[in-house]
Amino acid sequence: MSTAAMKSPAWTFDGWEMVVGLEVHVELATRTKLFSASPNRFGDEPNTNIDPVTLGLPGALPVLNRHAVELAMRIGLALNCTVQRCTFARKNYFYPDMPKAFQISQLDEPLNIDGYLDLPDGSRVGIERAHMEEDAGKSTHIGGADGRVAGAEYSLIDLNRAGVPLVEIVSRPDIRSPEQAKAYVSELRAILLAIGASDAKMEEGSMRVDANVSVRRPGSELGTRCEVKNVNSVRSVGRAIEYEARRQIQLLEHGEAVRQQTRHWSDGEGRTHTLRDKEDADDYRYFLEPDLVPVEPSADWIQSVRASLPMLPAARRVRLAEAAGLEAGAESVAVIVERGQDDYVLAVAAAGGDVGRAVVHVQQAFAEQPAEPLVPAADLAVLTSMEVANEVTATQAKTLIERLLADRGGDAKALAAALGFEAMGTSELGSLIDAAIDAEPDAWAKFCAGDGKAMGALVGHIMKSSKGQADGKLVSQLLNQRKTPTTG
Amino acid sequence: MSDRLTIDEVAHVAKLARLALTTDELRVAADQLGGMLEHFDDIDELDLTQIAPMTQPYHLVNVMREDVEADTLDRDEVLAAAPEADGGRFRVPSGGGAS
Amino acid sequence: MADQPRTVLEIAAGVRSGTLSAVAVLEEYLAVISAREGEVHAFNLVLADDARERAAAIDADVHAGRDPGPLAGVPIALKDNMCTRGVPTTCSSKILAGWKPPYDATVVTRLAAAGAVTVGKTNLDEFAMGSSTENSAFGPTLNPLDTSRVAGGSSGGSAAAVAAGFAALSFGSDTGGSIRQPAALCGVVGVKPTYGRVSRFGLVAFASSLDQIGPFTHTVADAALTLQVISGHDPADSTSIPEALPDYSAVLERGVAGLRVGRITDLPAGADDDVSARLDAAFAALAAAGATIVDVTVPAFTYGLTAYYIIAPAEASSNLARYDGVRYGLRVDAADTDAMYMATRTAGFGDEVKRRIMLGTYALSAGYYDAYYGKALRIRRLMTQDFDAAYQHCDVMLTPTAPTTAFPLGAKTSDPLAMYLCDTYTIPSNLTGHPAMTVPFGVGDDGLPVGVQILAPSLGEPVMLQVAAGLERAAS
Repeated sequence: MSTAAMKSPAWTFDGWEMVVGLEVHVELATRTKLFSASPNRFGDEPNTNIDPVTLGLPGALPVLNRHAVELAMRIGLALNCTVQRCTFARKNYFYPDMPKAFQISQLDEPLNIDGYLDLPDGSRVGIERAHMEEDAGKSTHIGGADGRVAGAEYSLIDLNRAGVPLVEIVSRPDIRSPEQAKAYVSELRAILLAIGASDAKMEEGSMRVDANVSVRRPGSELGTRCEVKNVNSVRSVGRAIEYEARRQIQLLEHGEAVRQQTRHWSDGEGRTHTLRDKEDADDYRYFLEPDLVPVEPSADWIQSVRASLPMLPAARRVRLAEAAGLEAGAESVAVIVERGQDDYVLAVAAAGGDVGRAVVHVQQAFAEQPAEPLVPAADLAVLTSMEVANEVTATQAKTLIERLLADRGGDAKALAAALGFEAMGTSELGSLIDAAIDAEPDAWAKFCAGDGKAMGALVGHIMKSSKGQADGKLVSQLLNQRKTPTTG
Repeated sequence: MSDRLTIDEVAHVAKLARLALTTDELRVAADQLGGMLEHFDDIDELDLTQIAPMTQPYHLVNVMREDVEADTLDRDEVLAAAPEADGGRFRVPSGGGAS
Repeated sequence: MADQPRTVLEIAAGVRSGTLSAVAVLEEYLAVISAREGEVHAFNLVLADDARERAAAIDADVHAGRDPGPLAGVPIALKDNMCTRGVPTTCSSKILAGWKPPYDATVVTRLAAAGAVTVGKTNLDEFAMGSSTENSAFGPTLNPLDTSRVAGGSSGGSAAAVAAGFAALSFGSDTGGSIRQPAALCGVVGVKPTYGRVSRFGLVAFASSLDQIGPFTHTVADAALTLQVISGHDPADSTSIPEALPDYSAVLERGVAGLRVGRITDLPAGADDDVSARLDAAFAALAAAGATIVDVTVPAFTYGLTAYYIIAPAEASSNLARYDGVRYGLRVDAADTDAMYMATRTAGFGDEVKRRIMLGTYALSAGYYDAYYGKALRIRRLMTQDFDAAYQHCDVMLTPTAPTTAFPLGAKTSDPLAMYLCDTYTIPSNLTGHPAMTVPFGVGDDGLPVGVQILAPSLGEPVMLQVAAGLERAAS
């Protein structure tokens, strides 16, 4: 079993625990397919990205895409796997969107084995293997209920996706709670994005999760597991696992056995359905693919791929959090690292800016910006410095950010001057506060009686009358001073 | 007659291979395939435990291509040659297959 | 036509120099096809019009001072399992009826670039599974030397085409002897190169780790020239050998003096006496020409048949799974997808193909893999080790190519195992990947040709051709 230190609270239900392993399929961000040179592109017209290999035409032969191997290696190395000599095998089964009636995959000798993934909560999930395989095409079932094969009249086949390179990442059954499963998927996704291996879009199917779920009394033998398919978002991962574990517990509590099955998660209904029993699973008749030769990555090749790996999300979060004086688990830190904008925030700090203000601006205003935002770090640094020196108000800073984004940078000081942005002094504010108290007597009375919420109306009035040039913080400070006059 | 294979075993194999055999054909197939398997018993006399399997006759490794796009086939031409197509896609009667 | 068939070398040299017209040469061959194709049935398709156009273009090239290439104006025939763009490629199976590949096999591209003129696509045992070309969905090919007899198989159409004078050169695929056995039965030269020497891209797969394309010719020199054209690295075939090609024709005149020719003392029995007698005569002829005859043993030889009839069907069961009625070829409609697969495949495949698909499916299925497929792969290694050890003592080995001369039609169709035994001597070189070829060496008691097989180590084509040329000189 796992040596993982369980940091997140374990999920238990009436004395049962869940045992979960995840199989995550990710489509690799290559230009072409795993074994042929037609484009690997999502969203194209059906059956336009086809060639003899993709169609499984007689006489067509596969040739391995080197870049796909490198991306698969990147995944393995980022997940602390051993990268090894590997071979390809044929998995034989008939399905209309599997053109050769076999899938080329890796069986006994996968590229990556024996790794692990550390989660933000401190727990560790073992990685059994991360192997290469080709994707199938897409079947659309027409005439049945909710697009499923059962009850459909006919199916339409698009082979654009057939042959797209996949890596299947198989975790060990180390996961014990829905939260941990979600954290695993989120962290894995962050890593895939960081290393450029995949665009990892669950909604487009470029990252797909299957969950193997079983339940047991803690410390006892593993129970019979069910495989849950069609889990298409991080949120569904948690819901599907939770539902499935409860379903199995209920069966066992009623003295019934869990049958080994493949089950389909229906997000709309919030439940899983039987897809098929494992007993009548196909006999895949695996054998080594005779049209391909082994891949033997040299130590040099592995080393050069390892050297090309960027800093991984976990390390980047720690780095940014330390710089900004935040917790590594802070949402702002996670969001910025996921966007890859943490280098930028650190560059703002290096340019003399305030890292705390930079984190706030980048999190809030830079969602549409690339990893390297178009506003030069030095320009944002100037603005954040003005803010901490109280030279501009928060509202003015917001306006300036919008200008900097629209203009792809600029001198915040000059902009502020041109716009007449100068924070109002205490004496100027005094008359505005007087006017606000006159205009909002009820609010003032409530405020003086200790109702903190009433301050909002007063501040709002003052901000409005100052046309946003009043510093909100300073206004609050002055209002509080008025409420309790220093009588000496 | 060979009794090496039962009719049920042959029927299972035929199903895996998506071949429909009549009862008579299954009986003939069981006999013929069983006869071959008996002929293949000659290899049982060999001790092969120290011999590694050989899957390919010529030793090559790391045969790869660069990730560069090449011409694709013309969809209309391909679909025109298909047994049935519909809206730019291949059409098949539904159901029956494993998912 | 002349009494002696024209050789590839003569035609190409004549056309390149302008002394022969490609069109005139083609018409000679088309005339023979018109006269005899009806009784031989070597072709699934004759491409007379395309060939005339192509031959005229080659003559025009020569007139314009351009060299059409080493096979300029040579009429060739292609086994109908090699993809030809826009031209039906059937594998002699109903399941591929009407299918026109959207691409050319690498071999086809190379032959066109060398100036060859394709006259037709030849008949074969369906998907190359058989030893008599009787398993064709379009009827058998008959032996042009005696039309009551088979041409051998599976490349029977290509062997017959050269033997009958329908083409100066033809091509087959050899998975367990499918070039060498019909070549022997039709009295022509047939070569299976080292696995990986000739690209398989565009060859419709039977058994991927065994299949190899090779030529049928009248002479060893023609075979050497042809190998030079079709061999060499192809990035579209991952199993293609990258090493540079030697000059195959350079060795032909060297003689056999000093070469060590192996006689396999533990060769499986089964060859007819008249065939064995011709093998003895071949050893004697080579010895007389200065070669040393060396006794060697290849203990695993005898297990080749079993290993082959597990490995080849196993790979075939997977390779032929793609014929499912979805994307191309035959479809027999049914209510659901699975029923459609069943109906299509049951109607589309012939008995022998079904038999091998079943055998292969069984050999790979859960619970039987280790007993059959796993063991067969180990025998393959053992066989290769035995051959490598024997080649420590000899440069080449001789065996009969086929156990018998051409047999009567229908003689073996009811007993699959008897048919499989035709491949006893040819199978080992497919398992090891080594090159092998057959040269005609006299006739049997029935007056029909007997072929002698020359086996050589991996990439040993030069010494194999050298010995073949020696036998050819002795036979003439």
